[in-house]
Amino acid sequence: MNRRDFLKFAGVLAFGIAAHQSVNLISQSRARDEKKSTKAWAMAISFSACARREGCRDCIDICHLIHNVPEFDNPKDGLRWIWASPYESVFADQTNPFNRGMLKNLSVLCLCNHCDNPPCVKVCPTKATWKREDGIVMMDYHRCIGCRYCMAACPYGARSFNWRDPRPFIKNINKDYPNRMKGVVEKCNFCEERLSQGLIPACVDICPEKALIFGDLNDPDSEVSKVLRARFSIQRRPYLATGPRVFYIF
Amino acid sequence: MIEKALKGGSRYWLWIGFLFVLIIVGFLSYLKQLAHGLGITGMGRDVSWGLYIANFTFFVGVAASAVVVVLPYYIHDYKRFKGITILGEFLAISAVIMTILFIFVDLGAPSRVLNIILYPSPSSLLFWDMVVLTGYLILNIIIGWWSLDAEDKEMEQPRWIRPLVYISIPWAISIHTVTAFIYSGLIARSFWHTALLAPRFLASAFASGPSLLIILSLIAKRWAGLEVERDAIKKVSVIIAYALAIHIFFVLVEIFTVFYGDMPAHTDHFRFLFLGVTGKRFLVPWAWGSVICALIAFITLLKNSDRLNEKPLVFACILTILSIWAEKGIGLVIAGFIPTPLDEIPRYYPTLFEVLICIGIYATGFLVLTVLYKIAASIRGKNRPFS
Amino acid sequence: MNPLILKERLKKRNSFMVKIIIGLICLLIILFSPVGYNVITGRTGYIPLLKTPQYQGDCVEGTIYMRKRHMEVLERWRNAYVRDGIKRYVSINGIYNISLTGTCLKCHSNKAEFCDRCHDYGGIKPGCWDCHHIPEIKAEK
Repeated sequence: MNRRDFLKFAGVLAFGIAAHQSVNLISQSRARDEKKSTKAWAMAISFSACARREGCRDCIDICHLIHNVPEFDNPKDGLRWIWASPYESVFADQTNPFNRGMLKNLSVLCLCNHCDNPPCVKVCPTKATWKREDGIVMMDYHRCIGCRYCMAACPYGARSFNWRDPRPFIKNINKDYPNRMKGVVEKCNFCEERLSQGLIPACVDICPEKALIFGDLNDPDSEVSKVLRARFSIQRRPYLATGPRVFYIF
Repeated sequence: MIEKALKGGSRYWLWIGFLFVLIIVGFLSYLKQLAHGLGITGMGRDVSWGLYIANFTFFVGVAASAVVVVLPYYIHDYKRFKGITILGEFLAISAVIMTILFIFVDLGAPSRVLNIILYPSPSSLLFWDMVVLTGYLILNIIIGWWSLDAEDKEMEQPRWIRPLVYISIPWAISIHTVTAFIYSGLIARSFWHTALLAPRFLASAFASGPSLLIILSLIAKRWAGLEVERDAIKKVSVIIAYALAIHIFFVLVEIFTVFYGDMPAHTDHFRFLFLGVTGKRFLVPWAWGSVICALIAFITLLKNSDRLNEKPLVFACILTILSIWAEKGIGLVIAGFIPTPLDEIPRYYPTLFEVLICIGIYATGFLVLTVLYKIAASIRGKNRPFS
Repeated sequence: MNPLILKERLKKRNSFMVKIIIGLICLLIILFSPVGYNVITGRTGYIPLLKTPQYQGDCVEGTIYMRKRHMEVLERWRNAYVRDGIKRYVSINGIYNISLTGTCLKCHSNKAEFCDRCHDYGGIKPGCWDCHHIPEIKAEK
């Protein structure tokens, strides 16, 4: 075979591979459209209920325990799936000089908002994060290449990166759930492993004040649907139109 | 043709040896990073992109700037750019290799890098960046190599190079536009979410890239006997002056838009960059240094626009490179993250290993550049002794 | 052409060829040295011995199939569980929970005496264990 023939062959081969991959891509997206939407998981967090117990960290502790989230001394290496921040930081766009006094020292729980229009999913170059039909923004730790583009894209600071091997820093390893390796991004997953067994997320379950309300927005009788219809709610940075599924009620 | 890079004097081999030492040090540091994780750098949860991505952004600009010499030479038949065009194309090759390396060392799980190709994600700008950078690298290698090869054999350039050149010109614009879109598409980071980012990137690229090209051309003239027309250098310095002017104008436009409206979400990043907050002013020297260097460089270029004084020109070029590296690299990337979405002010400074890895990648780029320029010099500078 | 010049060139080419052939032989010796080492020390017949102490019922698929293709099964499991939300696997031998730690390692619980035996022999380091846990080995009665 001379050089010209080889180049022709290589060109046809490359074209064939590209065509095959594009057909796969298109057929995959078609298959997804045909599936009907099932649930629409959402969470409502009550400021007043949570504030009743000052210094309580039950939800954070249980989440980080069962999901093997490590704890580091160095704050820059820190990982969190759920955490608390002051109201003025979380809702800087919804703070005015008059409500600032009332909300001083109010600690707000933050977690991944599992947005309707997630910017992190848009920017992931390998589809290691995607939005499931039931609304949960999922992570595939096997596919993540650790580029941290999703971390730059998240407007809520909900994503963390494993800057080093987490295993030595997990205080009590839960053998029923894997930990992550160094070099991948992780975040709250709405306890999808519990949801698949018919359980509610651990943070919702353990809260002693029932400050976290979880449920299916597609079900009008679910607790979260009822509470969001009855009470006024706000979201984090609503003007970004990411459509967060985590609501905050007073 | 590559055998031409294997013949050289003691100065040449000393330089190659020095580069290899730096590369080995960088490589060993990278092995340490692979073993320990990216925590060995200064990056953290809040500032999740640092020196690697800053350098990546800057060198994509350098790579794109080859179009400044390629376009006049090929499209407008500006024959005086003949000598400098090949140097620009080779600089582009070296710069693209550096950008690819900078992204690679920034990955947390680099063994999975092929996932970008196996599971393409067209909505992600990083995917498109890989596509355009790879394409640009291949284009420049083919164009540069074959046109030099033709020159070596004293033949005319093969005809099929012309369409490739015509493709490479908008392609060069696209690589830096896509890089800008990586940042400007993110609604989460108001410092980057501006339509002006892509034009800013191109303007600063056309100032910093050709500055580096001029410096390298003068070095190549002195040490490798590569002849570049004086007029070519003069014209390129004019282009740099205009690009720098447009870049400064764009920055002023940004500052007006942000500070006239006075929205904290936008002004906070600029305030942190130029004024800092108590205890955390680590970006302030970079920001003001960039401004001062740019202004001095611009004035120097203006004063020397009618003649070609080498010393002030080199001075202006160095200042331009430093200014834009500080502004587009460090300033842009770090200040985009500070303040965080939770209004925190974290600290970022690169660690020793981070810097060593960057130096290793710089050395790799210089190695590629040296080899390619040596080949060009041995073909063109046939009557001069090489160093 | 001048026959003397031809002879010179031929001599040069031949000595060049000899050097190449010697180099190639050296390369082959280096490449096959591990094989040679095994032949000399009589280890060519080594077969890894696997132990499954807590064997309960049938494996997910047949032994020969798993020996050849357990990596493919695990990869399919990984994609099914994580990306498609499929939590159970149906095979001829029954319905199983898709879980490395919870299903595979429930029986093959001694990683050192099972998984590692073949993996160490083949010089394979699967990355599964960075994240997935190895259950504690219960004391054999």
